[in-house]
Amino acid sequence: MSLEFLVSSAIGLLTACGVYLVLRARTFPVVLGLTFLSYAINLFLFACGRLVINRPPLFDKAAEAYADPLPQALVLTAIVIAFGMTAFVVILALRTYLESGVDHVDGRSDAAGQRRTGEPSQGGAA
Amino acid sequence: MLGILAILPLVGALLPALAIRWGRDACALSAGLVTLGALVLLSTMAPEVMAGQVVQSRIDWIPALGLNANFFLDPLGLLFAGMILGIGLLIIIYARFYLSEADPMGRFFTYLLLFQGAMLGIVLSDNVLLLLIFWELTSLSSFLLIGYWRHLPEGRQGARMALAVTGAGGLSLIGGLMLLGGVVGSYDLSVILQNREAIQASPLYLPALLLILGGCFTKSAQFPFHFWLPQAMAAPTPVSAYLHSATMVKAGVFMLARLWPVLAGTEAWFLIVATTGLVTMVAAAAIGLFRDDLKSLLAYSTVSHLGFLTMLFGLGTPMAAMVGVFHIINHATFKAALFMNAGIVDHEAGTRDLKRLGGLFGLMPIAGTLAVIAGLSMAGVPPLNGFISKEMMLEEAAHTAWLGQSWVFPILATLGATLSVAYSLRYIVHVYFGARRTDYPKTPHDPPVGLWGPPAVLTALVVAIGLAPALTAGPLVAAVAGAVTGGNAPDAYLALWHGLTPALAMSAIALAAGAVILWRFRQAEAAWLRLRLPEAKAIFESLTERITAACRRLTYRLHNGSLQRYLAFLIGAAILVGLGGFFGADYVEGARERLPASPMAVVAWLALVAASVAVVIGHRERYISLILISVVGLIVSLAFVHLSAPDLALTQISVEVVTILLLLLALNLMPKQTPIESGLVRRLRDASLAAVAGVAVGAGAWAVMTRDGASISTFHWANAYSGGGGTNVVNVILVDFRGFDTFGEIIVLGVAALGVFALLDTSDRGAAGRRLALWTADVVQSPERHPMMLVVATRLLLPLTLLVGLYIFLRGHNEPGGGSSPG
Repeated sequence: MSLEFLVSSAIGLLTACGVYLVLRARTFPVVLGLTFLSYAINLFLFACGRLVINRPPLFDKAAEAYADPLPQALVLTAIVIAFGMTAFVVILALRTYLESGVDHVDGRSDAAGQRRTGEPSQGGAA
Repeated sequence: MLGILAILPLVGALLPALAIRWGRDACALSAGLVTLGALVLLSTMAPEVMAGQVVQSRIDWIPALGLNANFFLDPLGLLFAGMILGIGLLIIIYARFYLSEADPMGRFFTYLLLFQGAMLGIVLSDNVLLLLIFWELTSLSSFLLIGYWRHLPEGRQGARMALAVTGAGGLSLIGGLMLLGGVVGSYDLSVILQNREAIQASPLYLPALLLILGGCFTKSAQFPFHFWLPQAMAAPTPVSAYLHSATMVKAGVFMLARLWPVLAGTEAWFLIVATTGLVTMVAAAAIGLFRDDLKSLLAYSTVSHLGFLTMLFGLGTPMAAMVGVFHIINHATFKAALFMNAGIVDHEAGTRDLKRLGGLFGLMPIAGTLAVIAGLSMAGVPPLNGFISKEMMLEEAAHTAWLGQSWVFPILATLGATLSVAYSLRYIVHVYFGARRTDYPKTPHDPPVGLWGPPAVLTALVVAIGLAPALTAGPLVAAVAGAVTGGNAPDAYLALWHGLTPALAMSAIALAAGAVILWRFRQAEAAWLRLRLPEAKAIFESLTERITAACRRLTYRLHNGSLQRYLAFLIGAAILVGLGGFFGADYVEGARERLPASPMAVVAWLALVAASVAVVIGHRERYISLILISVVGLIVSLAFVHLSAPDLALTQISVEVVTILLLLLALNLMPKQTPIESGLVRRLRDASLAAVAGVAVGAGAWAVMTRDGASISTFHWANAYSGGGGTNVVNVILVDFRGFDTFGEIIVLGVAALGVFALLDTSDRGAAGRRLALWTADVVQSPERHPMMLVVATRLLLPLTLLVGLYIFLRGHNEPGGGSSPG
């Protein structure tokens, strides 16, 4: 089994998990889904620099091969920005929940066809 | 020079808005000086143009698109530019005295100059794309002018309707001119005009013609698009006189004249253009005769005369085109004068309703005389200029056969002329003659010279052109006709007396019959009202309402406000685009040498798969899924370590910790479980979307990683130490080569932090505040407020952490570390 297969299958799996969770109806799984998607996208960007083992991009005149530093720089930025986004979305979800008493992504708990869960409606300000 | 002329009013449009601070006179003066300056500039070029030269100015703008700021001035452009600026100057003087104290004058003149510049751009453009830009600008600026009195609902409705109709026509014109440019291979008008055979032989000739005519007919209010012009009469009268008689509505006719050399002369051109013009001429004259609002009557009369012009250009003969050019001049003079006169009546008598007016001649002798002269010219009474061009038009109509029927054009043209006589006489007689009344809303008297002066200038032209046409208008008409027909202008000269021709008989019949209609006006009006013709405005409005309702239904059906649905569509669309790309090309296995996976890597991979699947399956238990997802993040960090990216690993792990802490804090206040809400079908749909997306992204990553590719980072590698002074190339890229990107990243974080702060800072108010106050812990809490073990551990660890952070930060430029990870 090659390392490339492991990384690409992991990226695929992370994407699939992310997409499934992002499509859920409550804010918390959506945040988890976004986190998954960030992992997947960061790994994908990183993989665009190809996989290299034991040659970190530290400058050395004698070095013949090195890991491509550019995707790493991009991904470093991406990780930090993904963090900023996640932090904002988490707090937004929290505030929405506090404001409406519901953590449904559309701000409603009694949407048509979704009543079979039996959860009592708490929509609207108390 | 020409470029300056074209841009002058647009730049000058700023002046009145500023000059209004120094009073209304300064404001009007600034607008007048801009126009006067442009007029002087134009007149310096006029002798050259009249001598047969074409003045040009070429500036390459976007050559790749064929869009160049090329201008040219030929006799046709000179005629229109002269009308735009000359009548514009008169209108500015008139408007200074027409607008009341309460009207924001700076805005008015700014809009007016904006319009003037756009109009000038249309007639001077050599590049059709540039022309289209100016064309749209006239639609927009006329929207602003029609809706100038924004407190009036009619003003807003009229402006909206004008914009809808002329804007739609503009779109059609864009299509037509693009087709034309495509056929010729150039967007320069001067090149297009040389390619008559190529255009008329092209299979795209008919579509291009139809689209271009769509633009011309909407702009020039030809049947069945005639209804917007009378609605636009809600504009202040100077605007009506300027836009809706002399300039903007003539833009469509101008396009007909401009493209006449390449488009005219075919059967399709004759049948569409001449027939539309004829129908418009007769129908609008009939409607206008029975309108009681002075401006509405004049508006329909304008539509009728535009039909007259369209018909002449539609006939396709050089002689008819020359008559068209001549009538453009004549119509501009008498119609602008009459509009200004209607404004004077409105201003002085307080009403424009023909049923409430009459007998004003004795009260307003100056305005009355001017109106009688201009009105008789519109009726086509000798010796005024309207008579000559109408006579020549009837002459052309007299020997035109329509689909083999030789009676159609003469009879209908005479009918149009008759109705034209009737409404012109009605304007004169019902306003100025008859019994003097006692119930005018205001006491009428002659206006100040500022109001009657401008129409007087135009009326003087009416008489001068009528008495000595060959002397006054002859050279210009000949030159313009030469330009319109591409050098095939007939050698006819303009004269008052053409001898005993059929046209003279038709003219006499029209005058007599028109007078009879006015004499029997009551009966005629009663007969007209019995017809109960459909109201074009009502049809237009019900049509737009229906379209709006249909659009709203469609929008609401698609946009139900559900994030789930939108995301599903978004992801589905992305998958479809990706699959389309994948199946559009052949797949070749990558040739790059694979790296063998160590047993540790396999174990980590297995842990990642297990944790991910567990998160998805167990995502309803939120604490557990949070712990599991941190395992995923940890393995991602380990993968970075393994794959030669120590900086990424450091950043990932610190971000991971903070994110999980944040999620834990938020979860403390949120529900701890997620209820099952989606049905099985929904979950299966999401799962299949997710599976396809996952396979696609994974395969994409595989395809990238198994191929070799060139990277631009050799430059960064080579210059990191010598240029950037650091050995950690990743960090040198971040702070040196791509420093501004990092700056942007900091800004993004700052914005996110501000957003978080704003959301949290106000969360103790309103509904959120009440909920927080009522909140009780729903998980087991520690009995102590500060648990001893944690406190001790923190005291020991915090200084150490700070020290390690400082160390990582300082070594960042040369070794892994630095930047955001220590934070």
